[in-house]
Amino acid sequence: MSAAPGRSQASSHRSPQGEGVPVSAAPGRSQASSHRSPQGEGIPVSAAPGEGTPVSGATTISSHATPGIWRRALHHRSFVFGGVLTALLVFSALLSMFWTPWSPYEMNLPGKLQAPSEHHWLGTDIFGRDVASLLLVGARNSILVGVIAVSIGLFIGTALGLLAAARRGWVEELIMRLSDFTFAFPAILSAIMMTAVFGAGIVNSIIAIGIFNIPTFARITRASANATWSREFVLAARACGKGPWRITFDHILPNIMSVLTVQVTIRFAIAILAEAALSYLGLGTQPPQPSWGRMLAEAQTLMFQAPLLAVFPGVAIAMAVLGLNLLGDGLRDLMDPRLARKR
Amino acid sequence: MGPFLFKRILTLIGTLIGASIVVFLVLEILPGNAAEIMMGPDASPDVVQALSTQLGLDRPAWERYWNWVTGMLTGELGNSYAYSSPVSELMLERLSLTIPLAIMAMCLTTVLALVVGIYAAAQHNRLGDVGLMGVTQVGIAIPNFWFAILLILLFSVKLQWFSAGGFPGWSEGVLPGLQALMLPALSLAFVQAAILARITRSAVLEVMREDYVRTARAKGLSQRATLWGHVLRNAMIPVITVMGLQSAELLAGTIVVENVFYLPGLGRLIFQSISNRDLIVVRNCVMFLATMVVVVNFIVDVLYAVIDPRVKASDI
Repeated sequence: MSAAPGRSQASSHRSPQGEGVPVSAAPGRSQASSHRSPQGEGIPVSAAPGEGTPVSGATTISSHATPGIWRRALHHRSFVFGGVLTALLVFSALLSMFWTPWSPYEMNLPGKLQAPSEHHWLGTDIFGRDVASLLLVGARNSILVGVIAVSIGLFIGTALGLLAAARRGWVEELIMRLSDFTFAFPAILSAIMMTAVFGAGIVNSIIAIGIFNIPTFARITRASANATWSREFVLAARACGKGPWRITFDHILPNIMSVLTVQVTIRFAIAILAEAALSYLGLGTQPPQPSWGRMLAEAQTLMFQAPLLAVFPGVAIAMAVLGLNLLGDGLRDLMDPRLARKR
Repeated sequence: MGPFLFKRILTLIGTLIGASIVVFLVLEILPGNAAEIMMGPDASPDVVQALSTQLGLDRPAWERYWNWVTGMLTGELGNSYAYSSPVSELMLERLSLTIPLAIMAMCLTTVLALVVGIYAAAQHNRLGDVGLMGVTQVGIAIPNFWFAILLILLFSVKLQWFSAGGFPGWSEGVLPGLQALMLPALSLAFVQAAILARITRSAVLEVMREDYVRTARAKGLSQRATLWGHVLRNAMIPVITVMGLQSAELLAGTIVVENVFYLPGLGRLIFQSISNRDLIVVRNCVMFLATMVVVVNFIVDVLYAVIDPRVKASDI
């Protein structure tokens, strides 16, 4: 067992969590601050998956290993509904690259603040721009922010988490302590720090949201990777002479893929919410680039004249976030049947 | 409790030091010359030089950091550049709004979430449960500032029950003050309550599956007595954890919501100070919020250990 001593601790990461206790936030505590549950970094949605995010549940069922997953998927209500909403979001974004009913940039002051009609399906804003077109381009904006911000968190955070789990010792301690105190800065707060120094803008807010995602992915990856490291097949791989890097890429990463996939959809939703809030405050997307958050800020000054303007962009945000959340819930259930059964 | 508490306090101090270093690096070192940012791009070099000297920017970084930290411990935060008044005074004034707002929001969150969560669990898989969980699922997806705007549309524009924003000040009496904070608190609480209600529901359901609950029922306790005596205490463990995490979220949310309602709180102060390029105020406010987040989580950790003695055993 000379290979094992460093691992003995790992199994303790699993046991108290009680294989998939639905409320994963609780067990996180027993491990001190080391991995504070996925909800930790919580923008609103983050806790949504509370009922069973498999972070610490040591899930090791890989997505591709399950035949019939598509059949089950089509019967899963949240998955289907979330999938449709998400597809709608992606479709709107793609569509806006080729076609919008009207130009989202062209102003038409005589035709401002029109009510919805057959020409302007959702009416026009204070500058006479077509609201439906603005919303379509706004979808592209949201997706752009989500993709980049989540990628920053996913790649750097996962790499750090894998490193922490593979090396343990002071490397792990250092990485986890670092992610501990970035936890002190919720996304909005870190974005505000960035904009205070570098000025408002879409790039800065994407970076701020991305940085905020790094510790989240690092914790989740480390927790799941530690659980995987303590399993027998990893021991077997070690016995075969595989080094830590080979094991990480051949065994650990494939086994935590499902956890990461679920997390990506949830973080995507959170990124959309954060971007909307920052743009609403005027710190994110700058004019004339359409953004759902900024549309709401503009609409707020016109609430007495055109209350509907304050409704549509919010509905768009809510639908996008709802879709991604439901998709995440569905994916989690489908990829981890053990948790699904518990619900 | 002793060693556990000691270890926790050490972690707390370490985290605070780390956070202060992050704030200092980002807001003091990263900008290069903070005086240049504060004076804007058109300022003459002489003016920038004068401000640098006044702020002590010509001294070494570690000395400035040390002065800032000791200043925070003694309440000497320096002067705001834009308001030319002590930062500590400004912050105290703004906190008299933000803290009551956060507390109101937290209370609303807790009450709403527990009522909905426990009711839904009791109605498991029946219409009330499914309906409420649908509402919470949507509630989670709604940005708090949009919910705030919807509340203004309904209660201020249509019904005209509340003013659409602003704050009369506590000198006008407690009631008008609380009234002005009602909609902001509600918009902060709604989203958080949706999350917490879901956590509460699943925690209660989880505990109800435990053997000891069946035993309690078997020995003749009524459903109600089982719920209050056995289920809730155990179900509260995850609920309290999430509440701690949410209070961090709530504090960050005040920045946005105070701007929706034009409330002169700490969040709006941060926001205004960014427009004023008043880095001294931004730095101290951000550090204050970060400290609150860390301290609240510390309290939750300790509370958690009080409720669940197993934590200590595994932690020492």
